[in-house]
Amino acid sequence: MMFPSGVTSLPVPMTLSSHSANLPDDQVAITCEDVTISYGAFEAVRNVYLELPRGKVTAFIGPSGCGKSTVLRCFNRMNDLIPSFGLKGRIVYEGQDLYAPNVDPVEVRRRIGMVFQRPNPFPKSIYENIAFGARINGYSGDMDELVERSLRRAAVWDECKDKLNESGYSLSGGQQQRLCIARTIAVQPDVILMDEPCSALDPISTLKVEETMHELKKEFTIVIVTHNMQQAVRVSDMTAFYNAVAVEGGSGKVGYLVEYDETANIFNNPQQQATQEYVSGRFG
Amino acid sequence: MTSSFLPAKPDLKFKPHLLRNRGNKLLTGIAGLFSLIAVVPLIAVLAFVLFKGISVIRPMMFFELPPPPGLEGGGIGNALIGTLLVTGISCLFSIPVGVGGGIYLAEYSGNNKFSAFVRFGTNVLAGVPSIIAGVFIYGLIVATRILFGNSYSAVAGGLALSVLMLPTIIKTTDEGLKLVPQELRWGSLGVGASKFVTTMKVVLPSAVAPIATGVVLAIARSAGETAPLIFTALFSPFWPEGVFKPIATMSVLIYNFAIMPYDAQVTLAWAASFVLVILILAMNLLARWISGFAQR
Amino acid sequence: MTASGSDALYKLRHRPPSEKLVDGSFKILVTVLAALVGLILLAIFLVVFMESREALGKFGLSFLVNSKWDPNTDQFGAFTSIYGTLLSSFLALLLAVPLGIGSAIFLTEDFIDTRIRAVISNMVELLAAIPSVVLGLWAIFVLEPFARPILQIINQYFGWIPFFSTVPTGPGMMPAVLILVIMLLPIITAISRDSLNQVPPDLRQAAYGVGTTRWTAIFQVLLPAAISGIIGGIMLALGRAMGETMAVTMIIGNSNNFSFSWFAPANTISALLANQFGEADGLQVSALMYAALVLMIITFIVNVLAQWIVKNLSLKYD
Repeated sequence: MMFPSGVTSLPVPMTLSSHSANLPDDQVAITCEDVTISYGAFEAVRNVYLELPRGKVTAFIGPSGCGKSTVLRCFNRMNDLIPSFGLKGRIVYEGQDLYAPNVDPVEVRRRIGMVFQRPNPFPKSIYENIAFGARINGYSGDMDELVERSLRRAAVWDECKDKLNESGYSLSGGQQQRLCIARTIAVQPDVILMDEPCSALDPISTLKVEETMHELKKEFTIVIVTHNMQQAVRVSDMTAFYNAVAVEGGSGKVGYLVEYDETANIFNNPQQQATQEYVSGRFG
Repeated sequence: MTSSFLPAKPDLKFKPHLLRNRGNKLLTGIAGLFSLIAVVPLIAVLAFVLFKGISVIRPMMFFELPPPPGLEGGGIGNALIGTLLVTGISCLFSIPVGVGGGIYLAEYSGNNKFSAFVRFGTNVLAGVPSIIAGVFIYGLIVATRILFGNSYSAVAGGLALSVLMLPTIIKTTDEGLKLVPQELRWGSLGVGASKFVTTMKVVLPSAVAPIATGVVLAIARSAGETAPLIFTALFSPFWPEGVFKPIATMSVLIYNFAIMPYDAQVTLAWAASFVLVILILAMNLLARWISGFAQR
Repeated sequence: MTASGSDALYKLRHRPPSEKLVDGSFKILVTVLAALVGLILLAIFLVVFMESREALGKFGLSFLVNSKWDPNTDQFGAFTSIYGTLLSSFLALLLAVPLGIGSAIFLTEDFIDTRIRAVISNMVELLAAIPSVVLGLWAIFVLEPFARPILQIINQYFGWIPFFSTVPTGPGMMPAVLILVIMLLPIITAISRDSLNQVPPDLRQAAYGVGTTRWTAIFQVLLPAAISGIIGGIMLALGRAMGETMAVTMIIGNSNNFSFSWFAPANTISALLANQFGEADGLQVSALMYAALVLMIITFIVNVLAQWIVKNLSLKYD
């Protein structure tokens, strides 16, 4: 194993199991403060401290069941749809606690968009797929232009431009996923969450989606959950590694944040044994 | 030398005389016979109604009133209009309530006690005998003359039918909406759509085919219902006089005329049966076509 | 705090109160509509119960065992109708269950070509759509005249048995049972077929794998696996038979005189209601409501039992 020397920016441990990069306040998009998420009696992930930098790509990696998707889905309150969902701690976005009682989850989602694991275009035309969200957000500009611009930025314009009135399902899986990305950026959110956006795609489509991400990170704060460590290396600036441990009492495994740092550090000079083993492929 | 450890060459030939093979054959025969017995009366009913109907029906029947007892000729024009009107009234009530209730069950209810109660109620309502729906509306509307002093009326008949349609529509809406993949809801909520917009603009349009199938089947069933109508909509030998007056329907016409000792009336009963069966079969085919459309 | 620059273009970043109002009202609306189902159910019980109070008070439980139904002297007992409802349903089930399950097996096994099976399946389902009043008309003019000579022969040779003791001359219990059989067959066949189709194919392969014949597999493995669905279907059919009105009313003879003979005219609760409600007044209406209450309670019990069986007795394959 190679340990590059001269890495100095070590994360400051907040608790035994969690780390947080220290960023100036004006560079932070979302902050997790001691977040514990549970479904009924079952704890999914415990004591997460995290600061997501604005205008960067942050990757969440870790083995199955470590809670990385769970944390991601809290950022735009998608977990609200699960009746038994419960959250302790605070998730702060632009100075506001997302789970404060007076916060409207619908307004949260208008600012924090999401791309899902499997492509899920609406059963409408390609054009309407883009226009739907924009209209909901009260978009007052030129809709045709917005549709074209969004499709271009999602790198799927060439495939779509001649069939804007056809169903979104007429596209291939990879194209559908980029259509979903276009749909998300048409709303012009501040943050885009991506939950394993390439897990249902073939390698070539994956590559195209990754290229799209590189374009997008110039404008958006992106958080991506991925199973693919190479993908994390390729697209992200920051990486958070989650792991799962069995808990006493035996209610299954609970996830926790092991280490959070610049991607290069996570992969080349991890501070934790578990991270070291995971990124070198010894488990997971 | 053959070793004694090797088994004798097994005889794998089919032996028809074996008890198990004879038993198999016998049981297969019985099952076939049962299916035949089950299917024959069905074909007999359908064939007889169609044959008899075609032999008695005249185009003018659709534009004439039934004759007074003892006279010849006449038609089922008022009953046809009445059936359409009463069924239409029942749709006005049962479709919004049923689809709304189905939306609640599929989209808004967690698995709370209230939704369990609604589901249970829907199942119980589906099992309520159709005549009870008539008794209920009779007690609620006809006997009390609650509708502007009118007793028997097309509206009362329509409401009685809608009680029977309601559970079917709720169930098919609920099940149709549950078939819509969860990811579609996420996608819509993910771009900041409210629950209302998500339900009306994304989820409901995706489930239109199964819901429409259920609604069409419910209409087909209610168009042929008689028991809830005989003492709510009653009958009328005249053209419809408005929705608050007694009205003729084809099903009640068949019931009333079947037991009359006059040929003209019995002929009209067969004609009405023919029209009703064609109407209902057509709606069933329509329902199949819609649901086939959904699977593509 | 940085407001994103796009807010100027996207005017609804902050949801206006009107939008939230629509969202909230819609939820209330559909909740109310859902509640309406429960409300209607309660209203049905309430209306029927309130209207039957007079007869309940006057006749009490003797209404159930008294067979005298006489509007002229205001003496009402529903025993004949209750007996008729139970007997016609049970006899119809007795005939329809073996026929229905046999057909269902025939339709799920590969005895004949798939396309012919599909045609038969569709026909059976279409028959379920034929209105009961049309079946009643058919029963009057085709089924009863056709069955009468056969019933007469039975009467001739087995007339010493009380059940066959009257000479069949027209409408009566037995023709009503026959038309009920025809109405129940599609229900039982369709539900049994679906239950058999849902048995995992591995189970059949496992049975064949240990060397069973086809019918051993059917009786020992497939039917037991599908039994809860089939029994649930039979219970639903029973509920339907008890509440069935038109076809039975038209062919059962509507006689309130009690008879042990299955060939004599008889009555059921629903036929009684269909026949007398239009012309009834005073205590007779109340007595009819009481009869309706009895019918409701019987079908309610049968239906709840059916739901319970389907839910709790099904074999689980996880």
